[in-house]
Amino acid sequence: MVFAHGFGCDQNMWRHLEPRFADRFQTVLFDHLGAGGSDLDAYDPARHASLDGYAEDVLAIVRELDLHDVVFVGHSVSAMIGVLAAVAEPDRFSALVLIGPSPRYLDDDGYIGGFTEGDIEGLLESLDSNYLGWAQAMAPAIMANADRPQLGAELSESFCRTDPDVQKRFARATFLSDNRADLASVRCPTLVLQCSDDIIAPDVVGRFVADQIPDATLVQLRATGHCPNLSAPEETAAAMETFLRELQPSIGTS
Amino acid sequence: MIDEPIDLGALASFREALIEDDPADLYEHAPCGYVSLRPSGRVVKANRTFLSWTGYTATSLGALRIHDLLAPGDRIFYETHFAPSLALQGHVREVAVELRCADGRRLPVLLNAILVADDLGEPAAIRLAVFDARERRAYELELLAARREAEAAAERARALAATLQKTLLPPSPPSIPGMAVGGAYRPAGDGSEVGGDFYDVFEIPGAAWGIVIGDVCGKGASAAVVTALARYTLRAEAVRSPSPAAVLARLHDAMVRDHGDGFLTAVYLTATPIDDGVGIRMSAAGHHLPLLVDLDGGVRPVGRTGHLLGMLGPPRLHDDDVVVRPGETLVMTTDGVIEARRDGEFYGEARLHALLSANAGIGAPELADLVANDAIDFQRGAPRDDIAVVTLQAVG
Repeated sequence: MVFAHGFGCDQNMWRHLEPRFADRFQTVLFDHLGAGGSDLDAYDPARHASLDGYAEDVLAIVRELDLHDVVFVGHSVSAMIGVLAAVAEPDRFSALVLIGPSPRYLDDDGYIGGFTEGDIEGLLESLDSNYLGWAQAMAPAIMANADRPQLGAELSESFCRTDPDVQKRFARATFLSDNRADLASVRCPTLVLQCSDDIIAPDVVGRFVADQIPDATLVQLRATGHCPNLSAPEETAAAMETFLRELQPSIGTS
Repeated sequence: MIDEPIDLGALASFREALIEDDPADLYEHAPCGYVSLRPSGRVVKANRTFLSWTGYTATSLGALRIHDLLAPGDRIFYETHFAPSLALQGHVREVAVELRCADGRRLPVLLNAILVADDLGEPAAIRLAVFDARERRAYELELLAARREAEAAAERARALAATLQKTLLPPSPPSIPGMAVGGAYRPAGDGSEVGGDFYDVFEIPGAAWGIVIGDVCGKGASAAVVTALARYTLRAEAVRSPSPAAVLARLHDAMVRDHGDGFLTAVYLTATPIDDGVGIRMSAAGHHLPLLVDLDGGVRPVGRTGHLLGMLGPPRLHDDDVVVRPGETLVMTTDGVIEARRDGEFYGEARLHALLSANAGIGAPELADLVANDAIDFQRGAPRDDIAVVTLQAVG
């Protein structure tokens, strides 16, 4: 089971969910380039200008660890990254769990994504405002601690802190992406987890994703917001358990 | 040091004021806004300070979520950064957002937040402290604009330096019968300044070629002016005299005449294809002597050192003749190579000799790149001085 975090955070956001599956699955956690403890030297502005670059990274992990029958759990933008990876190498993936997916964040000729380009510019300004002074002050501290996760207390301040430049590029790659056409090519069974009152991925978007993917199940969560993996891990895990049991009865019991 | 007398009367009235501080009044009229939210972001309660800043009534706020108070960009930031951080670490500090006030005005604020858990450890409420940050945000925006401007200016300087540098180096050494010539140049630091190192390769009518490598004292625009003067003076004087020492002496004269304060070191030579290799006539002015690398890996300096150019008084310079046999290579560098430093240790002549000895016989352009790259690697990729290398190989 491969967990992929979304824009704005790092693999820490799986800390309430991943342990619930670690007894039955080989679980794989990672940080996207630019986030958490990732190696910034490996970041390639051209390759990572679109989500395809991030999907290649996922495939590189899957190949390096020689994983098969992957259950890919992707939050937010990583839901679409998982879709791209699963479409590119369908033999590796047995199921997708998409938490708060959105294939197109911008409103577009009748399609409701929820945002305008002006909103995304606003986000970039917001990122700028909240990284002022951080780049110089915090980056060395995080770099220094990246290989020493045991420094829990000190590191807690750096949860979800990411390289500001990469973060802005990732924001563009994320919010200007359009992967609506890729959904129909997904071959594996897919669970779409839709939160209530999610302003990043509204209900109508979750329904669209579930309608477009041939073998998709849509589950509406009571959890509000965009991060049920953090705010409602019980409910999220329960929905995943049900999906996985129906998918392959042996998984839940072995 | 002066002891401040304790005013007992003032102390008593201060204590009285604290005792009379009503907790409700402390909350309602605190010098910051307080807002309490459900974990979903639904507004439950706000103090009067917050209501007076934003113009909402308690009732109108009760129908809203925190998201409704934020501009769309900040709303995304809230969901992708603020809420996850709050869930993971229980608090968030100094987040800059703009609140949408009741009349549509935007109020720049800083938010501190804590997550309050119930008896079971489940999130029960979010408490926000809201600080009016209009002036601080205006100042930060100016800083941000200034930083962007500085980055753009640095980028322009780099582009200008790179363009100017290009005009001071030959695009690529020409192909010359009987010999192969290589050149390499690496700027110091991040390349935002024009360096003082240069080289040139040009044809002298009468079946000879002129090659120069030099190092102008200093960097930037003033060094670029001297470099340009050196290049065109050498090209012009090379036609008038077959003696490299005489040509360098004319360059000295031109420098003293036109640029009293600049000086430079250089090796200038003429190269003529002969029956058994390349005939070299050279003169070194205060510069490292060229190294002749033979086919067996032997490395030895050739020629005699003369005075550098541009100082007062006519320089003493010599002409020396050298023959480069087929397969042998003449290597000329600027001091950016052997004076490259790492932790106080110099790259040094011995290291250069060993590198050349181990790579005797490889092509002239490859050798020039190899030497430049080795000196840069030695400095862990960040050269303190610019580096120029010119190689000349006799081709049999």
